[in-house]
Amino acid sequence: MKNQLLSINDLSKDDVLSILSTAAELERITEGPTKKLPTLRGRTVVNLFFEDSTRTRISFETAAKRLSADVINFSAKGSSVSKGESLKDTAQTLQAMGADAVVIRHGSSGAAQRLSDSGWINATVINAGDGTHEHPTQALLDAFTISKRFPERKSDFSGLKVAIVGDILHSRVARSNVLLLTKLGASVTLIAPPTLLPVGVESWPVLVSYDLDEALEEFDVVMMLRIQLERMQNFYFPSEREYSRRYGLNEDRLLRMKQSGIVMHPGPMNRGLEISAASADSSRSVIVNQVGNGVSVRMAVLYLLLGGASLSEVSQ
Amino acid sequence: MTFTLTGVTLADGTTTNVVVEGQTITSVGALTAGDLIDCSGLMVLPGFVDLHTHLREPGSEDSETVLTGAKAAAKGGFTAVSAMANTSPVADTAGVVEQVFRLGKEAGLCEVFPIGAVTVGLAGEQLAELGAMADSAAQVRVFSDDGKCVSDPLVMRRALEYVKSFGGVIAQHAQDPRLTHGSQMNEGEVSSRLGLAGWPAVAEEAIIARDILLADHVKSRLHICHLTTKGGVELVRWAKSQGINVTAEVTPHHLLLTDDLVESYDPVYKVNPPLRTDADVQALRIGLADGTIDIVATDHAPHPTEDKECEWSAAAFGMIGLETAFGVIVKTMIETGAMSWPRLIEVMSTNPAKIGGYSRQGGAVSAGSPANLTLVNPRSEWQVDREKMSSKSKNTPFHGTELTAKVIHTIFEGVFVVKNETLTGLKHE
Amino acid sequence: MSAILESADIDRALKRISHEIIERNQGLDSVVLLGIPTRGAYLASRIAQILMGLGSKVPVGTLDITMHRDDLRLRPPRPLLETLMPAGGIEGKDVVLVDDVLFSGRTIRAALDALGELGRPRTVQLAVLVDRGHRELPIRADYVGKNLPTSAKESVRVQLSEIDEIDCVEIVAAP
Repeated sequence: MKNQLLSINDLSKDDVLSILSTAAELERITEGPTKKLPTLRGRTVVNLFFEDSTRTRISFETAAKRLSADVINFSAKGSSVSKGESLKDTAQTLQAMGADAVVIRHGSSGAAQRLSDSGWINATVINAGDGTHEHPTQALLDAFTISKRFPERKSDFSGLKVAIVGDILHSRVARSNVLLLTKLGASVTLIAPPTLLPVGVESWPVLVSYDLDEALEEFDVVMMLRIQLERMQNFYFPSEREYSRRYGLNEDRLLRMKQSGIVMHPGPMNRGLEISAASADSSRSVIVNQVGNGVSVRMAVLYLLLGGASLSEVSQ
Repeated sequence: MTFTLTGVTLADGTTTNVVVEGQTITSVGALTAGDLIDCSGLMVLPGFVDLHTHLREPGSEDSETVLTGAKAAAKGGFTAVSAMANTSPVADTAGVVEQVFRLGKEAGLCEVFPIGAVTVGLAGEQLAELGAMADSAAQVRVFSDDGKCVSDPLVMRRALEYVKSFGGVIAQHAQDPRLTHGSQMNEGEVSSRLGLAGWPAVAEEAIIARDILLADHVKSRLHICHLTTKGGVELVRWAKSQGINVTAEVTPHHLLLTDDLVESYDPVYKVNPPLRTDADVQALRIGLADGTIDIVATDHAPHPTEDKECEWSAAAFGMIGLETAFGVIVKTMIETGAMSWPRLIEVMSTNPAKIGGYSRQGGAVSAGSPANLTLVNPRSEWQVDREKMSSKSKNTPFHGTELTAKVIHTIFEGVFVVKNETLTGLKHE
Repeated sequence: MSAILESADIDRALKRISHEIIERNQGLDSVVLLGIPTRGAYLASRIAQILMGLGSKVPVGTLDITMHRDDLRLRPPRPLLETLMPAGGIEGKDVVLVDDVLFSGRTIRAALDALGELGRPRTVQLAVLVDRGHRELPIRADYVGKNLPTSAKESVRVQLSEIDEIDCVEIVAAP
């Protein structure tokens, strides 16, 4: 496995399966009386969050602490005014702190790669969300959630039909999930108003539809994305009401879904907008599980990236 | 000073001697006089003329000054550059353009022609005092809000009409601001994957189409800056077929680089207008060769390191280009067989001089022409090294690129300002 | 390469170990078996089957010790194996750890750490198929199938039919 996780493209299919099986094992261990493992004792993990995100940060923090790593939380509010000073100077401070891994969340697409390629730090870089580009650990925990809910499939998603619904254009969760689900063999359909689908989506290995009702009964997984109301200012859709009516997972649509179908959402949810409260709380919803699964998956990622010899140590 | 360039090759392939006395070429033939300078193996071309250069002075002297920009220009074989108006303060008055003009004269390394802003402060609302700038010591004839687009159609119409009174030309940076708010790179397959806001080709082409029709309607001259799309080339081709008075330029980087380079998220590839697709690159090359595109212009845009050593969205747009322009044009157009050496002279010297009205530039290498010349080795492999450049800034996308043609000497008004690839320290007084 | 134990020898050793476990613990009421994956787990299952044949159902589980190893940093990250708690847990029980080869003792040290996280057994005992000496820690086995003096450079190769097609224990000479 590569010594960083910036994008799902950094993982081979075997790497993904390895992460998922490790996550399953770690989940089992930490469900028991053992909450803590000594594996990353002596390692320092820095959470470098340029964007607010309490849930993701706490998830990574919990994962690192359960492996006995030391965790430092660095909350920087970079603005375009301060330009490169934010990223470069901050990075050099982390290097001085002796960080073994940097988990970075940044508002600018490509920021994790810039940090990793720059040579400013030696640490392993883990992308916790960069602008609208990718959020690899979210896709991994989504895949983990799906594999637990469909245990007979194990990790072979061929034939599995997944719909991702909402603001695809601005969604890093969508991009990472498309890459990961197709890598595992699933069939992915993107459903959104035309304004929220990127120009160039025709080249993605997915089906595209503007109509949520068209094939709803076929999907094993319906993944709803958060819609940001600011998008109305830029004419992506006319009103909340219209968006909700055409693209919201309301009770009617929930009932039309397959019996075995599941509802997912990366959070945070706009209850009543892209997803009704009833759908979010229904027995078909695995949204709450996604959160718990996030810790196991992030533990697996941290273990596989940091738990053994680093690549440079091995090549000696 | 009198000297002779002996054994030098002309663009038509013949080898000859060129005699320079004072500021003029006095003979092209067998005659020799004064110091003999062996130029065997070198080609002599009229000095290059850049119609689109950012010299950053006044206001951003940390990235470039008129002097350092002129040094870079001379190293690149340019004997004239045109300083864009988006300085600080903006070059929208006679005072600022005269300041830039004077700084150019003091540098003495090439002609520096200030370009005047079209609108006050580049705000696109009110016409700048174009007449005052035209009458000033700088004698401005080219006007541009480059950096910004003159997007209001009425303002553009009036500007096109107004410059007719002194034979001026409006050079448009075609970019509809409403379609490119927050844009980071070309809108297409690559941007969809990288999660970077797109800059669609239509935002450029829609303005080009509009301005071509306006220029035709009011019977004025229009120049399109940095053409980057296949659609844009087709629009200009159509306009010329209709006899509309439009000229267009292309940058060296848009003839070679494509948007897949952005996958590295390295801001050295961030430029406005953005790098486009291979289909666009091919169309631009055909357009430059077949006359649709009239000139090569560098859009030399220096930026300090901290503006490029950061995350993509925080980085500045722009690439330097004076010192690599010739090499890249030879690589993309001569070596591929798309273009001949006489055509290269047209696009890098004759035509830009004509559009700008620069009377001492772009002349044929013949007796009576001003001695503004560049001597090049068309077959000398070299690797671009940003640390060796004379520009104050290092933001070149070509660092490490192998090129096969380079500028050896640059003669400005009869003075060797660059000899054997090195600035001589001499200047034209 | 020379085979030290073959299928019949292994069976006999496991039968003897099973009887010793009964004797030492005065019955099997509080005994649970924990095999260390991969081959220790198969051996634990075999012992449980033998005990079943003798009339007692003894709970069996597996204990993966990867996360507690002291040599993690020396190689790229190892995949985790399964940990399955035996029915009834380990609290207050007599836990018999089962492994194939006892060598430096570090694996067992890690197993004791892992066990400590899971609860507090009454006693922890160790059963191994082969003890090849060269201990680096103060660890000893309670039940040994075969004592096998080896030189440190040799390796001991255990094959079990559950995954290796045959049952065999052999010494492999140093390369």
